[in-house]
Amino acid sequence: MNAVGPALALAAALAGAGSVAGLVTPPRWRAAAVGACTTGVGAAGLAAGVAALGGTRWSAALPGLLPLAGVQLAVDALSGLFMAVAGGVIAAVGVYGIGYARPTGHGGHLVAGAAGPAHGVLSRGAQAVLPLFAVTLLLVPAASSVSTFLLLWELMALTSLLLVCAEHRERASVREAGTWYAVMTHLGLVLLLAGLALYAARAGGETFAALRAGAGAMSPAARGTVFVLTATAFASKAGMVPLHAWLPRAHPEAPSHVSALMSAAMVNLGAYGIIRVGFDLLGGGPRWWWLLVLAAGALSAVYGILQAAMASDLKRLLAYSTSENLGLVLVGVGAAGLFAAAGNQALAALALTAAMLHVINHSAFKALLFCAAGSVLRATGLRDLDALGGLRARMPATAGLFAVGALGAVALPPGNGFVSEWLLLQSLIHGLAVPGTLAAVVLPVAVAAIALSAGLAAAVFVKALGVGFFALPRSPRAAGAVEAPPAMLAGMGLLAACCVALALVPGTLADGLTHATAAAGLRGSGTALTENGLQVRLARIPALLSPLWVAVALAAGVLAVSALTGVVARRRRRRQARLWDCGGGAPTARMAYTATSFAEPLQRVFDDVLAPEQDVDVTPVRESAYLVERVRFQRRIPDRIEHRVYRPVLDALTGVGTLARRLATGSVHRYLGYGFFGLVTLLVALAMAQ
Amino acid sequence: MSGAHAVSALGAVRGVGAAAMVAQVVVVIGGAPLLTGLMRQVRARMEGRAGAGIAQPWRDVRKLMRKEPITPVRTGPAFRAAPLLLVVTAGVIAALVPLVSTATPVSGSADLILVVAVLALGTVSLALAGLDTGTAFGGMGASREMTVIALVEPTILLSVFALSIPAGSTNLPAIVAGAEHHPGRLASPAGALAAVALAVVVLAETGRLPVDNPATHLELTMVHEAMVLEYSGPDLALVELGSQMRLTVLLGLLASLFAPWGIATGASVGAACLGLLLLAVKVAVLGVLLAAAEVFWAKLRLFRVPELLAGSFLLALLAVTASYFLTGEGSR
Repeated sequence: MNAVGPALALAAALAGAGSVAGLVTPPRWRAAAVGACTTGVGAAGLAAGVAALGGTRWSAALPGLLPLAGVQLAVDALSGLFMAVAGGVIAAVGVYGIGYARPTGHGGHLVAGAAGPAHGVLSRGAQAVLPLFAVTLLLVPAASSVSTFLLLWELMALTSLLLVCAEHRERASVREAGTWYAVMTHLGLVLLLAGLALYAARAGGETFAALRAGAGAMSPAARGTVFVLTATAFASKAGMVPLHAWLPRAHPEAPSHVSALMSAAMVNLGAYGIIRVGFDLLGGGPRWWWLLVLAAGALSAVYGILQAAMASDLKRLLAYSTSENLGLVLVGVGAAGLFAAAGNQALAALALTAAMLHVINHSAFKALLFCAAGSVLRATGLRDLDALGGLRARMPATAGLFAVGALGAVALPPGNGFVSEWLLLQSLIHGLAVPGTLAAVVLPVAVAAIALSAGLAAAVFVKALGVGFFALPRSPRAAGAVEAPPAMLAGMGLLAACCVALALVPGTLADGLTHATAAAGLRGSGTALTENGLQVRLARIPALLSPLWVAVALAAGVLAVSALTGVVARRRRRRQARLWDCGGGAPTARMAYTATSFAEPLQRVFDDVLAPEQDVDVTPVRESAYLVERVRFQRRIPDRIEHRVYRPVLDALTGVGTLARRLATGSVHRYLGYGFFGLVTLLVALAMAQ
Repeated sequence: MSGAHAVSALGAVRGVGAAAMVAQVVVVIGGAPLLTGLMRQVRARMEGRAGAGIAQPWRDVRKLMRKEPITPVRTGPAFRAAPLLLVVTAGVIAALVPLVSTATPVSGSADLILVVAVLALGTVSLALAGLDTGTAFGGMGASREMTVIALVEPTILLSVFALSIPAGSTNLPAIVAGAEHHPGRLASPAGALAAVALAVVVLAETGRLPVDNPATHLELTMVHEAMVLEYSGPDLALVELGSQMRLTVLLGLLASLFAPWGIATGASVGAACLGLLLLAVKVAVLGVLLAAAEVFWAKLRLFRVPELLAGSFLLALLAVTASYFLTGEGSR
């Protein structure tokens, strides 16, 4: 009995029902109805994905659904992995969204949908689009022909664009973010369209089976062109430097549950695309392909986390961290390609397994972190860490859940991120077995990049947790925060449970990951991980990790030491006392370190890379130049790549536009002249061509 | 009969291994304050002072333990848990690292990357505690500590990389046992470069001169002390003990990696006892050398520290390359 097909059909039906519910239900019930349907979509997707990961294959051709090419769907273990990840995130986020979209208790009140203006997240449009976005996330990995893939890819981009713009009436920055996202995602689509169209033309068919069959007969130049075009488009979706500019704008400005979906499910599909096209369809390629992927990944990992270290906007920080983590995933994918190109299938399977495990881990903790950031945003209306603080006392559950996510993100045991980074490091360290000087030069640098990004990630999440949630509130709005409603906590609780399970028993995924790497085309490689629920044991390399035992040892140690201290300290009761602060007495919130001050030493160390802009403006008193009336200090750390690469292009386009305006003076004679010259030029060109 | 013998022999191996592991932890806990006392004494004598005696840190711990535990208001679980985590992470590392024997029950899981990560966990929990107090000093210490840690991480992992090349594994007992059986690995340029790089890392991780001054208080230069200013009584005792254990276990790790002689590789009780004795000697020698060197060093300015760490990173990178071209390529 094949469960994949019915589950996907159920997901599509529920998405349709949810979309209709978003349009017709009154605002009071809208969020609950849409949330329930979205959770159902996610659960169905998770079921389909898990079934496919178990080794079930499913395919369907629906020729009547679309004119010309019809719809082709096929699900293997590789699709199943990304489908299951997306499904899990969607299910949890659906629950979370029920609470998130409800108006806040204080201040906000229910705006009648029909009479009043559309109200951000709860608006009819935003609620109707959410289940559709969810179902495209599930169906993109199931597409098995070029036209189906492009259609679903574009639907995913459009629905997410609509959701990013949900709060455009509230903030002008949403509109700017929407424009950036729309332009960049469509430039990506153009590249993807060009690459896949070229591929389909050369391979003589547009189904994935035809592409796979035709790949061998293509010339290396054509294969390389197809790979570069598609990989660039996919890398832009995955937020790789320098095509990341949309990501730190769109993710913070979207409603938080949409940010969670985008950051934990949508960007993964960039990695999926590279794996699918590079490994499965094109059947691997020369070393330079994978060197490009690896270099882009390593660069994005370091650059992304460095920008996150400088960010004081909580959601922007998380968005840059997404860029970092997808960078790590692509380091794994690139390394897998390099090893496969050198003929070492076992190492390639290990690297690809590490990359896929990191996709799963990243999705779990990043969805949790974005949801927790959303509940902070909902409670305080603030994203600026410099103005937050003191939330641990006011929102203890959210703070605890954020801490679980942050532990995963810093890649330290007993967090879930550590397991996949450990695997990635193992594959790179043992990659020296691949002959050639290239490996000896590239792999140490890649290890150093991963290590630097891990070290900076520790600083980033200590900052996010310590400055955002600990100490004293730095603004009245942070002081007035109240705990999130139960639906939001339940959604986050689901994600936290996933994080804990992934951290303690990652070995249970060994089978599924093996199927997925085999489906990616690394056949004959056998298993990279041996199956053992409690341990991660590599099949061909003497390496063993027992995350559960590490966690047990740490917990037992903490209990033993605290009990022992209690005995030695003669069980005296703890007394509360004022903070000492070197005799300065109780400090106020203004004295505490902010996110900006926390990042200052790192900013100084990486001064040459970040190029901060600093502005000191001293206004003297009118009577004397020596008496200072006012000093204004301003520092901005702009995204340097954006500054250097995008700004000149945008300026040039604006200049061309301004110049082009001179052509249109309003004189009808001139326009007729243009028409005349245009026609004559065309005729001359035609005559010359013949 | 032979089966029964084999089972009992296996039991004996396990028993000796487990005993060696427990001995490692106990020796690190008991010896850490003594090592600090020894280092302070050496330093005092070289500076022409009498010194307080080797056992003074233990007397400090006893004194602090008897005091009333105090929780500063508005601090939370992060502040309470950090001293415990600092001690426990150092204890877990003491159990994992083959200080006395490479045949302990956890030797299969004693991965060098795991050790590095557990060490970082202790640092991160202390940095969070510093931020939890909400004082300017706490935040300052946390910020500086995280900066140093972020820059140290590449050096550590590249050194791990270099060390794992000859052994073909990042498993610590495999690396140590391999070095013990093939001493030539240590004399190679790669071994020497990795040793220097890791030594700098140990100085940075344990907050010694020239990265941080453990003797300073209430100066704008301090890093570690700034984070723990609010601790008092038993909590402070744990923090002190935890930092001393970190220093001991990291010096022990250096000794195991670069002077592995005497570490038991089998299940003999005599070898384990010899290993224990040699561990004490090796760590004491390293500690005395460090203390003597510290008399002549000045603390670096905070923003000169990255230069030192960049230098050690370069050494580690050279170690990997040397290791690859001298052993990896040569043996093939």
